[in-house]
Parts: sequence; structure tokens; C-alpha cells
Amino acid sequence: MIKNIVLCGVGGQGTVLASKLLAAAAMEKGFTVMSAETIGMAQRGGNVFSNIRISDGEAMYAPMIGTGEADLILAFEPGEAVRMLPFLKEDGFVITNTRAVKPTTATLTGSGYDAGPMLEYLQKKVADGHLMQVDGDSAAAALGNPRVLNVVLLGAAVRTGALGLTEEDILNVMGKVIKEKFLDLNRKAFTLA
Amino acid sequence: MHSEFLMGNAAIALGAIAAGVDLVAGYPGTPSTETLENTAKYKPEGLYVEWSVNEKSAMEVAAGAAYAGARTMVTMKQVGLNVASDPLMSLEYIGVKGGMVIMVADDPGPISSQTEQDTRHFAYFSKLPCFDPTSVQEAYDMIQDAFAYSEKYGTPVFFRPTTRICHAYASINIKDVDEYKKNSPEGFIKDSKRWVIFPRLSNANHKKIEARNELLKDVFSAYPRNMILNGGSDKGAVDGEIAALGGLNAAASKKGIAAGGISFALTMEALHGRTDARVLKVATPHPFPEKLAVEFLTGLDEVLCLEELDPVIERELIYVCGKYGLDVKIRGKLTHDTANAGENSLDLIKQYVGSFLAESGSADIACEPENAPQPPTIPIRPPVLCAGCPHRASFYAVKVAMRRQKTIFCGDIGCYTLGNAMPLDMCDTCLCMGAGINIAQGVYRIEPDTKAFAFVGDSTFFASAITGIINAVYNQAEMTVCILDNSTTAMTGHQPHPGTGRTMMGEVVAKVSIEAVLRGIGLEFVETVDPLDLEKAVDTVKRAQEVPGVKAIIFKSPCVAITKPKGKAFIDPEKCIGCRKCIREIGCPGIVINDGFVCIDDSLCTGCGLCAQICPVGAIGGEVHD
Repeated sequence: MIKNIVLCGVGGQGTVLASKLLAAAAMEKGFTVMSAETIGMAQRGGNVFSNIRISDGEAMYAPMIGTGEADLILAFEPGEAVRMLPFLKEDGFVITNTRAVKPTTATLTGSGYDAGPMLEYLQKKVADGHLMQVDGDSAAAALGNPRVLNVVLLGAAVRTGALGLTEEDILNVMGKVIKEKFLDLNRKAFTLA
Repeated sequence: MHSEFLMGNAAIALGAIAAGVDLVAGYPGTPSTETLENTAKYKPEGLYVEWSVNEKSAMEVAAGAAYAGARTMVTMKQVGLNVASDPLMSLEYIGVKGGMVIMVADDPGPISSQTEQDTRHFAYFSKLPCFDPTSVQEAYDMIQDAFAYSEKYGTPVFFRPTTRICHAYASINIKDVDEYKKNSPEGFIKDSKRWVIFPRLSNANHKKIEARNELLKDVFSAYPRNMILNGGSDKGAVDGEIAALGGLNAAASKKGIAAGGISFALTMEALHGRTDARVLKVATPHPFPEKLAVEFLTGLDEVLCLEELDPVIERELIYVCGKYGLDVKIRGKLTHDTANAGENSLDLIKQYVGSFLAESGSADIACEPENAPQPPTIPIRPPVLCAGCPHRASFYAVKVAMRRQKTIFCGDIGCYTLGNAMPLDMCDTCLCMGAGINIAQGVYRIEPDTKAFAFVGDSTFFASAITGIINAVYNQAEMTVCILDNSTTAMTGHQPHPGTGRTMMGEVVAKVSIEAVLRGIGLEFVETVDPLDLEKAVDTVKRAQEVPGVKAIIFKSPCVAITKPKGKAFIDPEKCIGCRKCIREIGCPGIVINDGFVCIDDSLCTGCGLCAQICPVGAIGGEVHD
């Protein structure tokens, strides 16, 4: 069996760490992992995505995911969840942060962009009970560090059960991926939302 | 052996280290950059790693070391190879003693590049063998083969991954340190008949190269990474990944698919469970494994070629069909069955495979139900200069100083290309590394009443702008060169360069002074100014216009991505009159509108203070740069 996960957001939100944690936890269980990351020019405020694929032994050749193949979309920004939604399986899960990141172009042109219509669309499209809307920024801010947004959202994603990984699986590998002095903070963030 | 989750570029680096590489040189460029960085990160004792000033230097340093019997790797992106092509073309006629791998990362899309050029063509042009990995695991394994072939045949070889290999991660099997090959370079042995290129030597060696490449066609036909995937045959079991495709009933099939690189991996995903196509995996597009191709083509009616960039495999198969009189229809880019530009996504490959095999199977393409809700408009997010980026201030100072004058602003390659975005709109041309300096001269020659400006970053200055400035001075051009010095190579992820005083070996060295270089060339007006001091910066640009000839302004302020923020700006809602001049003039992502009010986004603001210097009513304060 292969689990396909799409992580998406805006450059600088920390999608790469979340995908490394998932990969480390999956490898610890003996699974094979592949992922594709956005690196380069798009990181400067552009939309970024990662594809992560976890196999328990089934043949897997490429790190990329096709339309309608994702078991779970983990979105750091609601508009980006909508952008990547075509990749979701019919009964797939969507975990989305609720805060919109406004692009500079929208500020300049005065054109409106809000989270509201994005979340409404997700509610219509995602199967009942499979959409989780998380105010990850507030949760991270409450911990005193907005940078743990990624781990807050990852916690919510793991608790859906759709990844074939448990909370313990992730907590066990945090020490391998995250620096000692940030470990406690990240452990708290992971179990928060 | 053990298993690790590695980025493709890290796998390539570790593969080179396992092959006993002695020297690695390169110039940063997406998607190749992390390869050299990882060789430095995992550097065993005795390995020398450098960021060279440009790809030509890197190629020559690596060639020299390979003359002395060392195993060497040189890393660059595809357009970097254009810069290094002069030494490359001649080097093939000389050859090498130690194995030399030229790692050139291609960028289908393009995602972060100027061109969609195909290094496999460069391999054909320069007559070098070329290795083309299909996965992260294969990249790790194959680069070790590349060193061995290079050394055996005395020629540099290309190793050509693409973005989806370089920037993919995978849990792969790698060697333990005690399994690494140990190499002891023999040293340079003087022999002017071997190492000094003269027409006579070139003529003799040209014949040898052609004969060798004929031989390599056969050698590569037997290279196990070139293979026909064929469930019932003994071929195809190279590693666990690929052997897993059992059950392909090749004998019964009249259709074949030929693929290389990531397109091969995507083809295997698309064929999942299908048994109605024979597959040719091309690991060495040059010299082409001709015998293997004949074996693959024999008995087929039609072949679909799946590859990115140029139709290299496709043309080779057409050639093989012609040469051996095989009546097989070869399809792909040349027959417009597949797109001739852009990246291959999994969806695209599924669509191609689906329609190609439609007669013998059904293509499963997901369709949207008709009454589905329409998605809301999702914002476009073009890349922009970071909040607080000093380049924004430099561009703005020139813009303000030159208002209502006839100007041309020639840009260059780096973060500052993003100065083209509205509202700055300060990049009228951009071509390739260092070109802006000479383009500005060309425009000035035809329109002498135009105030010509060239913007160039500090790393690009060292890489390829200096000769252009000498050309301008010597040929009496009128122009202002603006060096945007943020003390790093920012766009590719902050690599050191000659102006930073740090090397990849961790040494702290004397900085090469941009100002001293410019004075040495003979410029009289060379001023360094902090772009975040708007008034002074504008004044400097204006004063430069009063001086004839070539002038230079060094706008010096460190990259905000690697320095501590100076503070946070704050907009006093009592004072703000809502004119939005700050937004209209500089377009900083740190200034946003919330509920109709102009606000600072605390998570982005670095306290550069540019907006505070622009606000007409002094409403912006807080902790900002002064």
C-alpha cells in the first residue's frame, strides 16, 4: 500500500521540516519514502508544495503524485489547499490552516483575497468529516513561537489516522530531526491542535 | 550498507564521495547547488571542495586535478555549462587521467532557469558520454559508475540529473564509510605530447574519440542500467525497485515505450499493473546503446518516446530504424504526440501512455462531475523581493534619482531580477550572467541620450561582470554600474564568494574588494552607500550622473535572510492618512491592508525603515534602521 500526501503553502512556512518528520517516522517503521520539494525561485513568497509518498513494500518509482491520488492534503494556507485540491482522492482528508497569506500583488491592486470563500469551497468539496480547519497560527502564537505552525498542523494530520502513522511514531523521531533546544516546544506544538 | 532519507543532490554528493572523489568544484545554480554543498558537508579527509568564481574556472580546476590523476567532479546548472563550454570542448580532445564527472543539472519547465536547454545535446556536441539517472537511488549508484567509465576510457563524462531527481528525496541504500573507494592520485606526469593541445594532436585524438564512441555504443548496450523491461526475460533486475515490475508480457506486445530520466519513473507509475508495452530504459543517451535499441525495436510496430526537453531518444531511435531498416513508427515530440516544451507531470505521462495504448487497454483519466461547485479564484503568487530586502531600496533610490529622465535599467541574474515586478519595474532587460553590463553599452551606443544603468549582484560581479566593465571603460562608454552587494549569493541559498572572505573549506581569507577591483580598472567615480539611507543613496545616484564615463555605485547592505532583523516598523493609525504611498511606491510584502487600514505584517517586517522614509506624514515608526 502507498500513502500519498501533499503538503502545500507559501514559501517560508516550513513545509520542508514537516515532510522530513513524516519521512523519518515512516522509515523508522521500515517503510520506503519518496518526496518531491519546491526549492529555488518560488521560495520567495511563491506557492510551494511537497509530494510525499510512503510505501509499505508496494513498488514505487516516482516521487510525484497525480490528480485524484492524495490520501491527505496538509495545507498551511487555505487558498493553497484549494489550489492543490484536484490531487485529493474522493475520500481523502484535508487539514488546512485557516489564516490567509495575502500576496503582495493583491495588496498592490487592492483586489480582495480572504480565507472565507476558500474554506467554504473546501467544505463543499471535501467528504463529510474529512476536512479539518485549524487556526494554526493562533495555536503557534500561543506557544510563543509562530515558527512551530508546521508541527501544529502535522499533529492534526497524524490524528486523522489517514497516514498510517501514530502520534508516537512522530514523537519518537523528533529528536532525530529537530535540534535539542527546540524539542520541548515542538512536542507541545505537535499535541496541541 | 545502510538506509538514509536523502535529497537527490545529497545522494549524488555521497555517491561521488563513495567513489573516492578527490576534488569538487562548481558554481551555484538551481537545481544543482546542493550537490557541492553536500560534498562539503560530508567531506572525508583529503577531499578538496571549492565554489569557483564561475563554471569555466570550476571546469578548469577539475580538469587540472584530473590531469594529475585525481577523481574530480564539477557541478553546475545547464546554463552554467554554456559558460564552461570553452574548456569543455577542448578538454575532450585532451582527455583525463583521473575520473572526471561533469554534473550538470537540467531544469525542465523551466522552474528556475532562463532556458530549457538539454545537456544530452551538449554530450553529443562535445562527444562526451552522458549518464541520465531515473531516481535518487539510481543517481547514487550511477555516479559511481560514471567515475569508473570516465577513468577507464580517459574521458570526462556528463552526469545529468533534472530538477525532479536533484530536489526529490528518497530513503535509499548507501555505503558505509569503510566501503568507500580510496584513490591515490599519481600526480601530474609531464608529457607535452599529451597535455598541450595542437592541431596535430586534435586531429589524431578526434579519430580516437570517434572510435571510442563507436565502441561505447556496444559497451553501453551491455550496461545493466540500460535495459529492456520485459517480465519474462532475464533483463531488468538491476535493483529492487525495477525488478519489482514483473508480469510485463513483452513478447505479445507490438507497442513499446522508450524513456529516460524522471520520465522513465513516471512511465513505470503510469504502467502500474499493465502488461501491454515493452519498455526501453535509456540510462546513457550518448553514446546511444544501439544494439540494445535494435533488440527492443525488433518485432514492434510503434514506439512512444517519453522524455523531457529535446527529442534525443526519439531521434536516436529514428536513426536506428533507418540504419537497420526497421519498420517501426517512432512517436513523441517530433510527431506532436507529446509536448515539445515544459515538464512531464505524472498526469501528462498517464495521458500519453493511456492514449498510446488505448487500443489494447483503457486509459483511466479522472473527470470532474458536471455539477461540481466552481473553485474560487486563487491568488497568483509571483516570487517577490523579501520584505526588507536591500535591493528594493537600491532600485527605489535609482528610480527616484532618475525620475523623468530617459533611462534604461539593465538587470542581471540573481534575486535582483525580481526588481522587474511592479511597482518597482526596474529591470528592463535580463539575459544571462553578467550580460547587463554589455547590453547597457550596446543600448547607449545606439541611443547616446539614454542614461544607461546596469545592476549586478556581488557574486555575479565576480562571476562574469568584470570583463564587461573593462570593455565599457576601454571603449569609452557612458553608464552607471550599480553593484547590489548583499555579501552573499542569495538566490541559490547563500553560498560564499570571493567578496565574503570565506571558502567552502571553512577558511577565513582576505576579501576581494569590489571597490579596489573597480578602481584598478580605472573608474574614478566609485562610491559605496547604504541603500537603506534613502536620501544619501538618491544623492549618490544624482552625483554620479554629473561625472562622464563609467561610474560605479556599490549599494552595500546584507541579505535579510541571513541577518538578524533590525526591528519592526509600526504604523501609527492616528497619523496614517491612508494614502497608501508606501504600498504603491515599494510593494513590500511586509505592508498589508487589514480591514481597510495599512498595517505592518510583524511576521515579515525586518525594520529596514525604507517605508518610514517614504511616508509623507511620518506615520511609520517603531524600531527601524536609522
